[in-house]
Amino acid sequence: MDDLIADFVAECREMLEALGGEIVAWEAQPDDRARLDSIFRFVHTVKGNCGFFEFPRLEALSHAAEDALADVRGNRRQADAHLVSAVLAVIDRIAEMIAAIEAGEEMPAGDDSALIAALAPGAEGAVAPAATTIAEGQSRASSAPRTIRLSVELLDRVMSTVSDMVLARNELARRLRESASDVPVDGAFERLSTIIADMRDAITRTRMQRIENLFVGLPRMVRDLSAELGKQVLVDIEGGDVELDREMIEMIRDPLTHIIRNAVDHGIEKPAERLKAGKREIGILAVSARQSGNQILIDIHDDGRGIDGKRLVAKALDVGLLEKDDAAKLTHREQLALIFEAGLSTAKEVTSISGRGVGMDVVRSNVERIGGIVEVDSRVGEGTRMTLRVPLTLTIIPALTVSIDGQHFAIPRSAIEEIVRSNGESVTLEHLGGAGVATIRGRRVPEISLAEILGIESGVDEKDRTLIVLRPAGADLYALSVDRIHDHEELVVKPAAPAVMATGLYAGTTLADDGSPILLFDPAGLAQVGGVKLETLERATRIAEGPVAAASKSTAVLLFRALDGSRRALRLAVVDRIEEVPISSVKEAAGQLRVQLGEVILPLAGVAGAELGDGKVRLFRLNDGAHEVGYAFAEVIDFATIDGEVIHAERPGEISGVSLINGEPAELVDAHWLFANHVGAAARATEQLVCRLPSDDPWMQNMLRPIVEAAGYQVVGDEHEGESDLVIAAQGADVPQDAAKTIWLRTEPDASGKKDDSIYRYDRAGLLMALKTAGAGRGK
Amino acid sequence: MNELLLVVTIAGERVALPAAAVESVVELDTLITVPRAAPHVAGLSALRSRVLTVIDCKRSLELGTSDCSDGIREAAVVEFDGHHYALIVDLVEDVVEAASEPTPVRATMGGGWERVSQGMVDTETGPLLLVDVAALIAGAADAKAA
Repeated sequence: MDDLIADFVAECREMLEALGGEIVAWEAQPDDRARLDSIFRFVHTVKGNCGFFEFPRLEALSHAAEDALADVRGNRRQADAHLVSAVLAVIDRIAEMIAAIEAGEEMPAGDDSALIAALAPGAEGAVAPAATTIAEGQSRASSAPRTIRLSVELLDRVMSTVSDMVLARNELARRLRESASDVPVDGAFERLSTIIADMRDAITRTRMQRIENLFVGLPRMVRDLSAELGKQVLVDIEGGDVELDREMIEMIRDPLTHIIRNAVDHGIEKPAERLKAGKREIGILAVSARQSGNQILIDIHDDGRGIDGKRLVAKALDVGLLEKDDAAKLTHREQLALIFEAGLSTAKEVTSISGRGVGMDVVRSNVERIGGIVEVDSRVGEGTRMTLRVPLTLTIIPALTVSIDGQHFAIPRSAIEEIVRSNGESVTLEHLGGAGVATIRGRRVPEISLAEILGIESGVDEKDRTLIVLRPAGADLYALSVDRIHDHEELVVKPAAPAVMATGLYAGTTLADDGSPILLFDPAGLAQVGGVKLETLERATRIAEGPVAAASKSTAVLLFRALDGSRRALRLAVVDRIEEVPISSVKEAAGQLRVQLGEVILPLAGVAGAELGDGKVRLFRLNDGAHEVGYAFAEVIDFATIDGEVIHAERPGEISGVSLINGEPAELVDAHWLFANHVGAAARATEQLVCRLPSDDPWMQNMLRPIVEAAGYQVVGDEHEGESDLVIAAQGADVPQDAAKTIWLRTEPDASGKKDDSIYRYDRAGLLMALKTAGAGRGK
Repeated sequence: MNELLLVVTIAGERVALPAAAVESVVELDTLITVPRAAPHVAGLSALRSRVLTVIDCKRSLELGTSDCSDGIREAAVVEFDGHHYALIVDLVEDVVEAASEPTPVRATMGGGWERVSQGMVDTETGPLLLVDVAALIAGAADAKAA
């Protein structure tokens, strides 16, 4: 949370600095639309973030300013000098508060109603901003930064110098190999190589970040939003391990937040509405990131009410954005694209979350500024899909180098499923009507020849080629035959020129160790050009075709296949979201299997009697409101409802019963049992401290006990066996020496000497402090 | 001060490139072909740690193909739209000063010259056709579609 606040403060600070000039220019020329827009965006961003962080004063201020400016933007009001100074006063106050937040202080006390009132049309008397306090706040804030900000250009320069250095090293290596070897020289060269490799690693890492950093805040945000709006939303996040340039991550943070807010606020309907429309009560918001060619695609898909293109057009005509003749010519896609126009929104009411059609024009301009594209696709009643496409300016991709007719190419390793030889025992190649089909261990996959796609003559007989089984992001398997495979390499991929990208085959270019360029293939593009018919399994279609919730009484469950292959169901309400982690994050620790998810460690269930495999583990994150448990599974089958009879298990256990779901028996997972067994015991044992009080002392039992219990201790008597964390005893009494800490109480207010560290028994503050420190000491 | 022009020969014709756009003149030795790319894209080459997209100017003008088989070719390196390109030319001559502003050529030119022309400029060695680098890189319209 602190990180997020720090980000927020840094962002506001930057915007404020940038705004400095704009504000002055706007003051001189209140009807300047561009200035108005940038000031509006600032207050809009502040408002959006405040709702998240709970800064009510900031939110009220920014909301009021946004309202006033929205009126100006919508031509309902003229910007006059009076409004300008009122807005400026608000911005100054915001700056003052942000400085206070940054310094870690309490929000300064004060009343903003005068400022807000001054924004109202016709209000008189501009409010003088508290100039002195601002100056003070800024000087405080500028003390001792822990980090420095570098321009990305500088990092780029360092990066390209390092790349040059690697190439120079490679050339030197070649020369050294050719000349007579000299051991000391070789040794020194080895050391240089290691240092250069380390340096390249380090400098690369400074720019790359897992997109997870961006996604980690989303479930919480959606949870809060949906609670506020009385909706139920399940967030499904995929592809958190895609790496993206740090700057890119920062640049798409805002657009992504806006889109998700919109999806929850306008997209997903209230539970009752959803049932009426024949959908499940719980809306699904799927956020996924994947790499496609030289772009990162971030999909935000909700199964809500969708966007009505016709209403957008009507609204655009209303506001005067469109001419009637043009409006009639718009295609569905063009109609939807209208949501990116400034000042257009289909929301009926303005809420504190989103809804003035500002989000989307800001989103588009932000994404376009980094060379990206936002696409929208929507069907009324079925949902909306927003796709952010952002370029990979610079990425390191692990790749496999292959060759055909002597020319080298690279294939991203992430798409490679396996590599087999054409003449291997478990492989047969057949040609059906000219199309290649490879059967690999009984699995049939389309086979395409790289030589044919590229129009190059291959010097190697078909039987002697190597097949690479590829699974492009979001598509089906196919096998690609190549002459020869060479090596696994980490390649710095750069986007290729448009003329090269136009082929659709390549994701970018890179340089091999000998300095010659290598083209990196886009596996999805290869499949497309090669004519493989891809069968995409999109969650959207599966949901749309699935059986519909019959009545609100039946229980919505998530039907899945467990790791041991059995068909099971979990109540949808306890599933927080779905995560995917590498197998290395799952470890046996402290008596049970645990999984690491970012910075938290959860108990992991669902693994009993099954193999985890060796790739990735998919798991449900279950939440009972206070604790979380991970539940590993093999695949999600469907969303369903239990309407049949449930046959209860005889003994309590992981499975509470069996029921027919969609005509087949499924085991129902008992979430209560899961939490009781994986969290309950552990939580009690580690969290509640034990304090021993003498049972026969009525004062202790009657007067002291409630205080000790209120401090979070479990109170036991003398007869309690086992260890206690704390013993409280009267001064001079006999105490068993097993306790970690003892608090002595004396009956006299004054201490008897310097060495006396006892506490007067009515010194409540001293007592509480002692209880607290004893607990804290134990906590470590 | 007048604009500087780099005089090169493409398909046997002396033309001028704006010198400000040209970063350097290099001799390409390695050339990696790009299968299925537009025909005027001769391939890729590397200059220090940068990848150059090599454009065959002759091909871009639809005046035939430069012969790259003998290995070493002279090329002008330009940066356009964030990418580096090497334009293969027959010969790089010299840098001259433009003596006039470009003026439209009123006669009909052959091949792709019409498409890449930015007009005629006078120099001390006589009038030269000023070539639009962006148009050379884009290639012929049908080539782009392919």
